[in-house]
Amino acid sequence: MIASTCFHCGNDCGKTTISFDQKTFCCHGCKTVYDIFSSHNLSSYYDLQSAPGAIPKKIEGKYDYLDTPDIIERLTEFDNNHTQITTLYIPHIHCSSCIWILENLHKLESAITVSQVNFPKKTLRITYNKEHISLKKVVLLLNTIGYDPYISLDDYSIKTTKTNRNLIYKLGVAGFAFGNVMFLSFPEYFEVQEYWLEQYKHVFRWLMFIFSLPVVGYAAQDYFISAYKGLRARLLNIDVPIALGILVLFIRSTTEIIFDLGTGFFDSLTGLVFFLLLGKFFQQKTYSFLSFERDYKSYFPIAVTKVNTEKHNNQRSEKNIQVYDIKKGDRLLIRNEELIPVDAVLLEGCAQIDYSFVTGESESIHKTPGEKLFAGGRQVSGAIEIEALKSVTQSYLTQLWSNNVFTKNKSASFTNLTDTISKYFTITILCIALTATTFWLFYDSSQAIHVFTAVLIIACPCALALARPFALGNILRIFGKRKFYLKNADVIEQLAKANTIIFDKTGTITTSQKSTITYQGLPLSRQEEALLKNTLRASNHPLSRSLYKILSEHDIYILDEFDEHTGEGIEGKREQHTIKVGSSGFVRKKIDSDAMNTAVHISADDTYKGRYIFNNSYRKGISEVFKALSQIYSLSILSGDNSSEKKYLQKVLPKHTDLLFRQKPKDKLNYIDALQQRGKNVVMIGDGLNDAGALAQSDVGIAISENVNVFSPACDAILDASQFKNISNYFKISKSTMKIISSSFVFSFLYNIIGLYFAVTGQLSPLIAAILMPLSSISIIVYVTLLTNFLCRKLKVEQ
Amino acid sequence: MGVIYVLLTISIVVAILFFIGFIISVKNGQYDDMYTPSIRILFEDELVKERKNTPSKSTNSKQS
Repeated sequence: MIASTCFHCGNDCGKTTISFDQKTFCCHGCKTVYDIFSSHNLSSYYDLQSAPGAIPKKIEGKYDYLDTPDIIERLTEFDNNHTQITTLYIPHIHCSSCIWILENLHKLESAITVSQVNFPKKTLRITYNKEHISLKKVVLLLNTIGYDPYISLDDYSIKTTKTNRNLIYKLGVAGFAFGNVMFLSFPEYFEVQEYWLEQYKHVFRWLMFIFSLPVVGYAAQDYFISAYKGLRARLLNIDVPIALGILVLFIRSTTEIIFDLGTGFFDSLTGLVFFLLLGKFFQQKTYSFLSFERDYKSYFPIAVTKVNTEKHNNQRSEKNIQVYDIKKGDRLLIRNEELIPVDAVLLEGCAQIDYSFVTGESESIHKTPGEKLFAGGRQVSGAIEIEALKSVTQSYLTQLWSNNVFTKNKSASFTNLTDTISKYFTITILCIALTATTFWLFYDSSQAIHVFTAVLIIACPCALALARPFALGNILRIFGKRKFYLKNADVIEQLAKANTIIFDKTGTITTSQKSTITYQGLPLSRQEEALLKNTLRASNHPLSRSLYKILSEHDIYILDEFDEHTGEGIEGKREQHTIKVGSSGFVRKKIDSDAMNTAVHISADDTYKGRYIFNNSYRKGISEVFKALSQIYSLSILSGDNSSEKKYLQKVLPKHTDLLFRQKPKDKLNYIDALQQRGKNVVMIGDGLNDAGALAQSDVGIAISENVNVFSPACDAILDASQFKNISNYFKISKSTMKIISSSFVFSFLYNIIGLYFAVTGQLSPLIAAILMPLSSISIIVYVTLLTNFLCRKLKVEQ
Repeated sequence: MGVIYVLLTISIVVAILFFIGFIISVKNGQYDDMYTPSIRILFEDELVKERKNTPSKSTNSKQS
C-alpha cells in the first residue's frame, strides 16, 4: 500500500485512511473540517499551503466556563449591547492559509463581523454580534476547525499592555530633522560666495536650529537621562560621553549662529542622534509570539468546575468558578486533558496525571482515590473529582514564585562591554580635551574654547556605541532564524561570559516524546503478538499507544472480549486465547520491587511472558554536545529523579560532569546560587516549571521546548528542542561575536584619532565633521554585520 | 528674491505634513504588526479570482 498523507493536516494516515471527495484523511476530525470548508466555498485554504490544518480536538465541556459573565467580561476588550470584541491567542497559526481562513470566519458564521490576525503575535481579534453568537460559540467554532484558542489564567489579569512606541516616534523625529537639516546645510558645504547665499544663510541656519530643537529635547532625552543616572551612581557609562557630545554640539552650534561665526554642526548633531537611535531600534528585536516572562499563570486554567452537593437531598450541581476563588475543601471536577490547579486529594475516579509541564517527565503517573495530587499536573484519562487542600497561590508549585529571585531584575546588575570600555574612554577624552585647551590657551587663547568643544564633538563615541547593538542585533536575528530565541541582546554577552553550564535531566537531555522500548522475557509467537497489537489498539492509555506504534503490522480483527481495568491494565480475548497487558500486580499478582523504569508486563493464556521496558531516550548527539562543551565549561546535571540512570550517564558523558539526583526545585536554585557566590557565571538549561527558580537564578536561563508556542517557563532564552545539537555552536558564536565587537572598537578608536587630529589642531570644520561622523558609523555597521554573518554561515538548522 | 521664502515655506509645510502622517500611522498601530498585512494584501486577488470563477455558485447561495 502506498503511504498516503492526510490532505488536511499532513500526518501519515497509516492504515485507517478515510477517503472522501477523492482526498485522503487520517481521521474523521480532519475530514469534517475539510467538509466544513468546502461546503462554505473556502477550499482555497488548501491552495495557499498544502496540508495546513490541525486535527481538531473535541473535548466535551472544556469551554463551559465561557458562559460565566465575569469571565466573558475579562476576556473581551469591548462590549456593548450588540457587539463584543475579543482577542484570542491561537498557537496553531503558522502559515498564510491560517491567516486566510481565520480572516474569512464571517463566511462560516455570519454573526462574526470582523476577524483579524496578528501573525507575529499569533492572535486573532474577533468582532461579533453578541445577540446571535456567544463567546463560547465563537471559541467552539474555532475549536471545530482545528484552531483551538489557548486561554489561561494569564488572560484573566487586567491587561495594561500598551505597546511602547516611543522609540519609533523618536526615530521618526530624528530622521525627519536629519533629512531636513541636511538639505538646509548643503549649500554652505561648498561655501560658494554667491550673493543670494550670503543673504539667506541666516534663514537657513535658524531653520536648522529649529529643526534640531526636538532632536535634542525629545529624541535624545534617553541619553541624557541615562547619563544622569550613571553619574549619580558614579558610573561612566557610554551615554555620558554621548550626552556630553550632543550637548556640546548643540551649544556650540547655537553660539556660532547667534554670533555669526559659522554654520554650526546641526547636521552632525541630528545625524548622530538618528544613527544612535537606529542602533537601538535594530537591537530591539522581539519575538512577540514568545513570552519570556511566563509564570504558572500561563498554564493554569482560568476557571474550574466546582461540584456542590446539597446536604439534605444529595443533589449535585456544577458551577464554574474562577481559579482564584477556590477555597480549601472545595470539591472540583477535572475533566480529561484539564490541569489540576491546586494541591488536592483525589476523591473519585482514576487519575492518570501527566506532570510533563512540571518535571519534563513524559510518563504519566497513576493515582488512586485518597492520594495527594500536586498542582500543575494534567489529567489524561477520564474525569476525576478532587478536593482542594490549599488555594492556588499557596500550592507547592506556585509557592516557588514567591521566592525573591523572581522580583530581582537581572539586567540591572550587569555592566556590558561598552560601558566597561567607556569608563576609560571618557577619562582619556577629557584629558586630551584639557591638555589641548591648556596648550591653546598659551598659544592662541582665542582658539582655546573652539578646540575644547571640537575635541568633545569629534570624540563623541558614535561608532563605539553602534558596534555592539548592530553586532548583537544581527546575531539575535540569526539565532532566531535557527530557532534559538533570545530575550534581548544582553543575553549574548552573558552567554559569552559563562563558564559553567548546568543541565536538567528529564525533558532537557532526554526527549519527552519518544521512549525507547526494550523487551525482556520469553519471545512472543506471531499469533500472540497479533492479539497483543489488537488489544492495545482499543486502549487509549499513553503507554499502550507508544507500545502499539513499535509492534510490527498485523491484521486488524475484532476481539471477542476486551476489558480495561483503569490504572492496572487491559485484557483481550479471541478464539480461546487471552492476553493480559499491564502492571506487574495485574498481570502476575506480584509487585515488582526492583522496578526502576516504567514497564508493561505481558501474559498470554495465563502464563507470564515478559515485560516491555520504557527507557528514557536521550536526545540525539548528547555525548557530542557534552564533549564539545566540556573542553571549555564545567558541566553538571541536576535531576529531580532517582539515580537509576547514573551509570549510563557516567558512561556517555565526559568524566568531569557532576551528576546530582533527587534535587527539589529549591535545591537547584540554591546550587546555582552557591556557584555564583564562588564567582561562576552559570548558564542553566532546563525545561519544566520546576526549573523556573533555577532558570531565574542563573545568569542565563535557557528553556528547552518541544513546542515553543505553547510551553516554556520564564527564562532568558528559548531553544527549540530540535536544535539541541547546536548548543555548543551557539556558545561558540557568542564568544566570537564579543571578539568582533572588541576588534571593531579598534576601528572606532582609529577614526577618533583622525578626528582628534583635526580637533586638536583647530581645523575641525562642519564639513569634516559631517563626513567623518556618518563615515565612521556606517563603516562600523558594515564591518560588524558582515563578520557576524560570516560567523554564522556554518550554523545549520537541525531538522 | 522673496520667492525663496515661499519655496522654503512650501517645502517645510509638505515635510511636516508627511511627518504628521507618519505620527498618525504609528499611533494607529500600523507599525505594531508589520508582517500580516504583507500577506493579507495577496489574498484580495485570490478572492476576486474565486468570485469570477464561480459566479453562479455564489449567487445560488445568496438566493437560498
